[in-house]
Amino acid sequence: MTLNPTVPSRSSGRRLVAVPALLAALALTAACSNSSGGSGGGGGAAAPSLSGDCAKYQPYAGHSGTTVTVFASILSPESDNLEKSWAEFAKCTGIKISYEGSNDFESQLPVRVAGGNAPDFAIIPQPGLLAQMVKSGKVVKPPAQTVANQEKWSPIWKTYGSVNGTFYAAPMSANMKSLVWYSPKAFKTAGYEVPKTWADLTALSDRIAKAGGAKPWCGGIASGTATGWPATDWLEEVVLGTYGGDVYDQWVGHQVKFSDEKITTAMKTVAGWMQNPAWVNGGYGDVKSIATTTFQDAGAPVLTGKCAMLQQASFYEAQWPKGTKVGPDGDVFAFHLPAVNPAIPNPVEGGGEFLAAFSGRPEVQAVQNYLSSADWASSRVRTATGWVSANQGVDKSLYTDPIDRLSADALTDPTATFRFDGSDLMPAAVGAGQEWKSLTAWFAEGQSIQKTAADIDAAWPQ
Amino acid sequence: MSARHGKPTRAMSAPHANPVRKAFSRPLASVFVIAVTVLWTIPTLGLLVTSLRPKQDVTSNGWWNALLHPDLGLGNYHTVLFEGGSGVSTGLMPFLVNSLAISVPATLFPLVLAAMAAYGLAWVRFRGSDTVFFAVFALQVVPIQMALIPLLRLFSGGAHLGSLTLIPAVDLKGSYAPVWLAHTMFALPLAVFLLHNFIAQLPRDLMEAAVVDGASHFKIFRSIVLPLCTPALASFAIFQFLWVWNDLLVALTFAGGTPEVAPMTVRLAQLSGSFGGRWELLTAGAFLSIIVPLIVFFSLQRYFVRGLLAGSVKG
Repeated sequence: MTLNPTVPSRSSGRRLVAVPALLAALALTAACSNSSGGSGGGGGAAAPSLSGDCAKYQPYAGHSGTTVTVFASILSPESDNLEKSWAEFAKCTGIKISYEGSNDFESQLPVRVAGGNAPDFAIIPQPGLLAQMVKSGKVVKPPAQTVANQEKWSPIWKTYGSVNGTFYAAPMSANMKSLVWYSPKAFKTAGYEVPKTWADLTALSDRIAKAGGAKPWCGGIASGTATGWPATDWLEEVVLGTYGGDVYDQWVGHQVKFSDEKITTAMKTVAGWMQNPAWVNGGYGDVKSIATTTFQDAGAPVLTGKCAMLQQASFYEAQWPKGTKVGPDGDVFAFHLPAVNPAIPNPVEGGGEFLAAFSGRPEVQAVQNYLSSADWASSRVRTATGWVSANQGVDKSLYTDPIDRLSADALTDPTATFRFDGSDLMPAAVGAGQEWKSLTAWFAEGQSIQKTAADIDAAWPQ
Repeated sequence: MSARHGKPTRAMSAPHANPVRKAFSRPLASVFVIAVTVLWTIPTLGLLVTSLRPKQDVTSNGWWNALLHPDLGLGNYHTVLFEGGSGVSTGLMPFLVNSLAISVPATLFPLVLAAMAAYGLAWVRFRGSDTVFFAVFALQVVPIQMALIPLLRLFSGGAHLGSLTLIPAVDLKGSYAPVWLAHTMFALPLAVFLLHNFIAQLPRDLMEAAVVDGASHFKIFRSIVLPLCTPALASFAIFQFLWVWNDLLVALTFAGGTPEVAPMTVRLAQLSGSFGGRWELLTAGAFLSIIVPLIVFFSLQRYFVRGLLAGSVKG
């Protein structure tokens, strides 16, 4: 072979060059740039009237020939369904929606915005990141129609799309995290009933543990650089289900600290559940194996009968192997995790994605209005499964997937105590950093609750 | 015109060469080298085998199982090339074209600019030429990560001093130009340094003879310097091409991920999907992206080793 091991490889750090060279390079390539000009066409003219199938898009007409860019973290094949869901809108109105997905979205978006190269839209899954973007001053407030469309969502969603009381980003989708996956077949064979209360749940877990054969719970929190996030969900669900929305909000805002007795008590509840040696980790080993099992693999023992239940979000449905029947009488299904404290009505922890605009051009506002409407939400639900909107205007019979339907029912339930995933609301240094690390240490090394809580509090930005 | 000598630096004197050569030609050393080569190649072989295996095999056991129970096919390659991992997405072809459209100009621009700059700094005497050369050389230490946002701002907003516009804002969004410019800028310091050292060591007599014959600087550069420094140019071209071809960070920041401008690397990073469900496609995609660099490397490799020594010993 010709490769010489002594070849000095070039380091990844590259070099900035002097301004004269920059000018020369600019001159060199000025002729080659094919920048897209003339995007203002169709703005002032009267909107053409759309007919036939296109008639329903009349309010958005008048911007034909324009392009709107969307940047998001959703990749193919999920993003294909997004693009399909607005394809008809794009065809009828003549607005081209150029979609770009990246798995470096969270790091790329701030770079592009700071560099003055912001996309027209960003689909932001973390309210914390939305707040950071608003702070940059580049996020444009939504038009009146988008604000009006927001009435179809429960009011709490509006607060998650707002920063300091000002509404900026309309939610596009919602997902439900408070689910427990189980095997209806196995439950039926063993004569187990789906638990309705936390007491039922612990009694059932004890029963399964005593029966031998299977352990009641399995779990996995390994997820590459995001290892630990499933454990934050467990803690959030217990906090929400024990104390309700007010304490949860204070905890997320750090008025109630991790080392507060309320939160350490919740951590003890989690320890008695997911760190109970008699209950976990079905199919994988002891408590510590939770830290080394990936969240994708965690549910596999539910299918082989080595584990009875897995607490995971609705999007875990995509992880079951091909051919697994999901449904009330199928191979796997899910039930709503009951509240630890029966006095808390129907706690639902979930997540969602928000559409933030970085431009106020008329075609951008037209797209923003459309994507916040129940029409678009219905169109997306019709396109493919695995997408839930908490928009009250979506006909529930459109949901063909039982998990989607279950999630939609819970998310649109007016009596439910809905709260957004707390680690997505906390500052990134905590919610996407120290909390992951400390909870992982809690599971992997058996670190004490006091130290775990103190470490997370210490990382909170002042 | 006054020319000046490049400093002769002899890295190794002749008597050392023989024992080293002897040591490397011993059978034991050969066995060692072969063993290292085989070890070095195993991960690549694993990658190749994995890329040929169907999805259920990839997810259930290691690639070495395929050596005992071969069940290989080109299914992954077909998916990557023509389906792009899912229904409506385009295959890899547009991204391959983008990669070429980015890499070729981003290799040629710094090569041309740096060769001219190196000649100017080495053979044209002017006040402060040493300082300029040192400044260019020193700019190598600026990390690319620090320069990304300022550069992006420069492209989108221009540069202003008070109300005075130094550099106008250029609307390069959605084109290859920002990527070319960024790569050119980041490449120039090393390129100028490398070529300067090579060009400075060309025999002074040649230049003087040319001046006596009435040649201009451009004539000397074109007819004497360029042909003589082909090895250095070729080796830098390989470096730069491979760097640009494999680059993800600059492309992602300056071009974005739309099929109109994104290169292969950006597409590869997205191949496995939001939840990492299709990672068997990554291996096939990776192999497809290796092909072009291999062609470039093998076609220019005879210059490569010669060029590596560019500037280190007096030729």
